[in-house]
Amino acid sequence: MTVRISNQCLALVIAIAAPALLQAQGRGGRGGGAATAKAMAPIDLTGYWVSIVNEDWRFRMVTPAPGDYQGVPMTAEARKVADAWDPAKDEAAGEQCKSYGAPALLRVPGHLHFTWQDDQTLRLDMDSGTQTRLFHFSDWKPQAGAPSLQGDSVATWEITAAGRGGSGAAADAPPQGKGTLKVATTHLKAGYLRKNGVPYSENATLTEYFDMIKERNGDTMLVVTTVTTDPRYLREPFIITSHFKKQAGDEGWKQTPCSAKW
Amino acid sequence: MRITNIAVPMMIFAGIPALAQIDLSGSWQSKNHEDALERGAGPNPVDFAGVPFNESGRAKALSYSQSQLSMPERICAFYSQWHMMIGTFGVRLWNETDPLTGRTVAWVVGAWEDRAPMTIWMDGRPRPSKNAPHSQAGFTTGVWDGNVLTATTTHMLTGYLRRNGVMTSDQATMITHFIRHGDLLTLASQLDDPIYLSEPYYITRTFVLTTNLMNSGGPPCIPGDEGVEVGRVPHNLPGKNPFLDEMFNLYGIPREAALGGPETMYPAFRDKIKDQFKMPAKCQRNCGAPAGQ
Repeated sequence: MTVRISNQCLALVIAIAAPALLQAQGRGGRGGGAATAKAMAPIDLTGYWVSIVNEDWRFRMVTPAPGDYQGVPMTAEARKVADAWDPAKDEAAGEQCKSYGAPALLRVPGHLHFTWQDDQTLRLDMDSGTQTRLFHFSDWKPQAGAPSLQGDSVATWEITAAGRGGSGAAADAPPQGKGTLKVATTHLKAGYLRKNGVPYSENATLTEYFDMIKERNGDTMLVVTTVTTDPRYLREPFIITSHFKKQAGDEGWKQTPCSAKW
Repeated sequence: MRITNIAVPMMIFAGIPALAQIDLSGSWQSKNHEDALERGAGPNPVDFAGVPFNESGRAKALSYSQSQLSMPERICAFYSQWHMMIGTFGVRLWNETDPLTGRTVAWVVGAWEDRAPMTIWMDGRPRPSKNAPHSQAGFTTGVWDGNVLTATTTHMLTGYLRRNGVMTSDQATMITHFIRHGDLLTLASQLDDPIYLSEPYYITRTFVLTTNLMNSGGPPCIPGDEGVEVGRVPHNLPGKNPFLDEMFNLYGIPREAALGGPETMYPAFRDKIKDQFKMPAKCQRNCGAPAGQ
């Protein structure tokens, strides 16, 4: 059985259904007056955040002892590399930032500062180790060249459906507070997952999910789920979750250089 | 334009989940890649670093003796819903539906041995009176906010915050956010306790979807005689805890850090202990990978 339906009606059906499936990276893109990643952000990550360290405390707040690898699904080869950890040697070689690469950076106790570098690039600065990560939206393509400590990161917004009936917001407005930043990072220079030499290789890849949560006591928390894969040094994906509290301003922000020993 | 009358509702409803709910159901495997010792064998004695104690909380924890677990009265009285966050096990989730409307009445996090199931009521039922009986399971309600299910648990019996004597009182409130990203389920949980904590305690952990069926229950905890005489409560008197320097001896972590307090959660605390910290020459025990995880 068939019915006749006008083009206008079909357009309405699609307009209602589409937002539920939307992922912001598919909207617009560069040029043409289309919405930018900044404009379409469902969550506002900008501002200062401080690490809350009550997990893996002895691996993060102090330098873990040589040979202390609890929890990391290392391969036997990784174990050999870690057992040879020599922070003095790293310092002498100018490699004191090996535990500040993208797979480990958010485990370092410190402060985060998110800003928009441009309409399609979210910038993350961290005071500990004075590191910068850039999250590129839209159709950004990695630059050729040597791998780097922070790698190449491609970002997308995962926007939650508004549900039946919609939110009543304008069609081109993101549903505020209801979405996730997903970041995929590749092209990494080899580094350490933990300060005491637990390695990841240049084949490592990183997938992260950034979720913002408003707590009933007024705190705004940032929860970052991190999945590191490395066929050389990890037997299975290394999955950890880190959390941060939003600050009103830059209190406590103190840029410090990398340290191989502390 | 011609279009079937079946296709129209399909186009609409295929694209629009009802009220943006996410399906959390399934068996979720625990990956204890962080806090592996704490979730597995258990934390070291007097490792309170990162716990935002108040003085009562610290005093209570320092008085603790592990032998309390051998008291028949306490063998099974240790595990509140917080055990889901820092225990070693995975979780199984499912939804209970109203047979007439199909609506989800509750999400259930299945029990595991010594932890009771968490039934997250989604039907708007009121919270019991603050004078209502407490239980290990407590009472939990939930709401969806976008793709996040937020569950609030009250009415729990006293239990552990960390399995080395850091306790939660029966006044504690636990708020747990369930966040699904494909095959990953992240739980972010905050514990407020006006009796023992000066700031909320926050824990996050991630589970992985598995086709291996997780338990939705488990063998019951059965009190037994483990040799503690009737009437004796194993304890440490103030100032007499023999493990005050355990973390220093094992990891070079100064006592000031091991004794916890809210400042130990924040990065600035590193400056305070930097000169007191002594990195051991080598890991002494519970060293992990690749064998023995």
